[in-house]
Amino acid sequence: MAITTPPQSKPATIGWDGQTLHAMLTESEQRFEKTGHYHGVERLTMQAEDPIRYEKIFSRLRGGMVNARETALNISASPIVKEIGELCFALYTPEGDSITLSTGIMVHVHTMSDAIKYIIRNDFEDNPGIAPGDIFCNNDSFVGDVHNADVQNIIPLFWEGELIGWAAGVTHVLDVGSHHVSGMPIGPIDRFEDGFILSSQKIGSEDRVWRDYELRSETAVRMPWYWRLDEKTRITGCQMIRESVHRVIEQEGIDTYKHFIREVIEEGRRSFEARVRQMTIPGTYRSPSFMDVTFAGETQLPAAAAKNSLMHAPMQIEISTEGGFSLSFEGASAWGLHSFNAAPSAMQGALWVLLTQTLVPNDKVNDGAYFGTQLHLPWGSWCNPDNPNASTTISWVFLIPSFVGLFRSLSQAYTARGYLEEVVAGYPGTWNMTQGGGTDHYGRPAAFTNFEHSCVGTSAGMVRDGEAACAAMWNPEGDMGDVETWETLEPLLYLSRRIRPSTAGMGRQRGGSGWEALRMVWKTADLVLYNLGEGHVFHGNGLFGGYPGCTGYRLNVERNNLKELIETGRPIPHADNDPEDSEILRLLDGVVVRDNRCTHLATPVGQYDVYVSLLRGGHGVGDVLEREPAAVAADVGEGLLLERFAKRVYGVVLNDTPEGPQADEQATHARREEIRAQRRERAIPVPQWLARTRERVVDKDFIEPVAEMYRSSMSLSEDWAREFRDYWELPDDYEI
Amino acid sequence: MPEYTKDTIEQLVDGRLPWPELRRMMSSFKDDGRFEAYVAALQQRVPWEDRIVLPLSDNLFIVQRPDGELVTKSQAGFDFGDYRRNWKLNAVIFERDTPELMNEVYPELMGADPHWMTLREYYCPLSYTLLEIEAVPPGYPIVHTFEPDLEGFYREWLGKAL
Repeated sequence: MAITTPPQSKPATIGWDGQTLHAMLTESEQRFEKTGHYHGVERLTMQAEDPIRYEKIFSRLRGGMVNARETALNISASPIVKEIGELCFALYTPEGDSITLSTGIMVHVHTMSDAIKYIIRNDFEDNPGIAPGDIFCNNDSFVGDVHNADVQNIIPLFWEGELIGWAAGVTHVLDVGSHHVSGMPIGPIDRFEDGFILSSQKIGSEDRVWRDYELRSETAVRMPWYWRLDEKTRITGCQMIRESVHRVIEQEGIDTYKHFIREVIEEGRRSFEARVRQMTIPGTYRSPSFMDVTFAGETQLPAAAAKNSLMHAPMQIEISTEGGFSLSFEGASAWGLHSFNAAPSAMQGALWVLLTQTLVPNDKVNDGAYFGTQLHLPWGSWCNPDNPNASTTISWVFLIPSFVGLFRSLSQAYTARGYLEEVVAGYPGTWNMTQGGGTDHYGRPAAFTNFEHSCVGTSAGMVRDGEAACAAMWNPEGDMGDVETWETLEPLLYLSRRIRPSTAGMGRQRGGSGWEALRMVWKTADLVLYNLGEGHVFHGNGLFGGYPGCTGYRLNVERNNLKELIETGRPIPHADNDPEDSEILRLLDGVVVRDNRCTHLATPVGQYDVYVSLLRGGHGVGDVLEREPAAVAADVGEGLLLERFAKRVYGVVLNDTPEGPQADEQATHARREEIRAQRRERAIPVPQWLARTRERVVDKDFIEPVAEMYRSSMSLSEDWAREFRDYWELPDDYEI
Repeated sequence: MPEYTKDTIEQLVDGRLPWPELRRMMSSFKDDGRFEAYVAALQQRVPWEDRIVLPLSDNLFIVQRPDGELVTKSQAGFDFGDYRRNWKLNAVIFERDTPELMNEVYPELMGADPHWMTLREYYCPLSYTLLEIEAVPPGYPIVHTFEPDLEGFYREWLGKAL
């Protein structure tokens, strides 16, 4: 693509009015600190005086982002980009604040902002220089990213010798060259094992990627052709954005553009505050969450890392009467020798992408929402490691569960305000993540992540059930991708994809169902597979009495008789369906690996081995006994609920009819009374329960991962330790 | 700015609003008068006279008693006491802390391991309605999920006295 900026001599500085970029960033931050308004913009004059022109400029810039994304998506070769839409583009101010963005993995709108600010703060303007046509690349989470599988390209935008902004794009790549072979490596314990990492590195000039970088990247990853094509995809999108911005400036004038980009971010900040006041209640909200890591016994790890542990994310949100919104993880457990730590940029990005799905779900979102929020991440915790060499290749494993409380807390607020249509009981974990690597079915080196985990069930709302197999918290446009595409990428054939009963949390409104995929290893003698997900703890929670969606389990049947079943035309399994009556175990003979160890390192597999991937269901809302009996009957009829739970938990007695299961009204009424009587019989007053549980706390009667979690949170946070001791009336010297 | 009829808000509260209308409501700007219409609809649906000050869920409300005290109250009429105190402390509880109890509500292998995490079910002491479930590790303090700033909400945001 041609350079559209006319050649010009390089001025001494590239900032506005003779300033350096560093000076511009410092000034902008000082103005915000002093006035509380983005860049000190106290009046939205353009929006007030010429609203049509203002909206037109925004729409044209926003259209440029969406156009870039859709074009890039359709020219991409990577199935993760093409099938799932794991890409996003955004436009930034010279200081690196986002003005507008495309759809897609919007979590990166703020991470790319951090990557640009890294360029500015480290004076790249002086060395290696920033000029029209330059290309930068970043996938360093401590600079500005979630993990190194998300690779960003950033290009500076110039107009008449001044830098007027940045265009940036991100895609999720297939492999990052870690020796732990999988798309998002599980197993690294520090940065030196994470694979290929670029820290906002300059990789090209005059719109050409430098040859030395190209050659280096070809030897850094397992599938260089995808790396190269992904890079072309991102750069093309950025260049399209550059053209669209130049068109706007040509028509509106540079002064108007400069004014607009400040004002629109301040408008975003004010809109966010106004929305907080309109939709929520001032006060304090708490919603802790947890995630298990099951590395005990891993022979591929050093002893200090080969242990089970439990992540603690004690989310607390404060909403002030001024519309201030602050979120804290004070009390979070420490970072660890695993690849699930998260850098602050990832956390900020996660907050941002979730807010765009609930509190500010409109197209006019930008870094205004970032300036409207405060995020506290305790130093030394898993979400702000005090070790810059901590591994972060798959930060999502902690990040996804940690933010589930945001939806729950906001839903509490929406319920209080009456906006029941917005209530949702969080989201399920977006797993199992099927990952693997080795030699693919074409005989080539391969590492992969199957992104069908983009489609888990959604959680229930206050007045509606969740939906099955349709969304991921990190990509609002979830798509599971075509079977045929994944089979091209991975040496695994699909035996089936099926909606899975009793994966969703039960409740008056039930969660949306998860599903399962059965895979068979195909045409490779060198393959390892991983599971990734929660197995011992619920990742989230139901709301107002609803049950959380299921945890997971792993099921592999190795060295089995599937080949023989196929050759002799006998039935083969198409689902596990119910662990208490497994179709797979009924039909297959072989070595069965079946447990709750859902996060583990590379496991070698062989031809015809069967691998089950269980995708999670959403959480429920409300008391199960308040669900309409006919809705329970329909759930059983549609294969969303195992029949035994209809009577046992929902108290709905079903009759088989030619039209399917029907609820027996009288018998249901009697069964529900029975359940209420059972509740009365089994429940105890909370003070009695507290006295009993305190004894357990005093005795420190916990398994090691739980004990270590408490130790870790108490040692990192004096406040959390004091609250814990005060709660259980423990002496000051109590330690676990 | 959309406005909704009393009937629409009542249908929403009762969970009877047809999906197309609910979908439009989700996509539209929010109506500023929702809180008042919502509380009025709820007030008609509770079997007691106390004024609803802030709904907490479908079965829990902060109400003003005739003596002026602000307390948390269940749909069935149980008084949990001062709204600033965690209502769970006056509830009744059942903890699913064994594999057998976990497997009552989840298929085998699909619930939590009670050594790592239990389910705490909080019921209304009058109706035994299930009000909240906590999924936390053993020994975790009972979570006070919501402490509203009622004064601030009424005075600063609604512009009226509590």
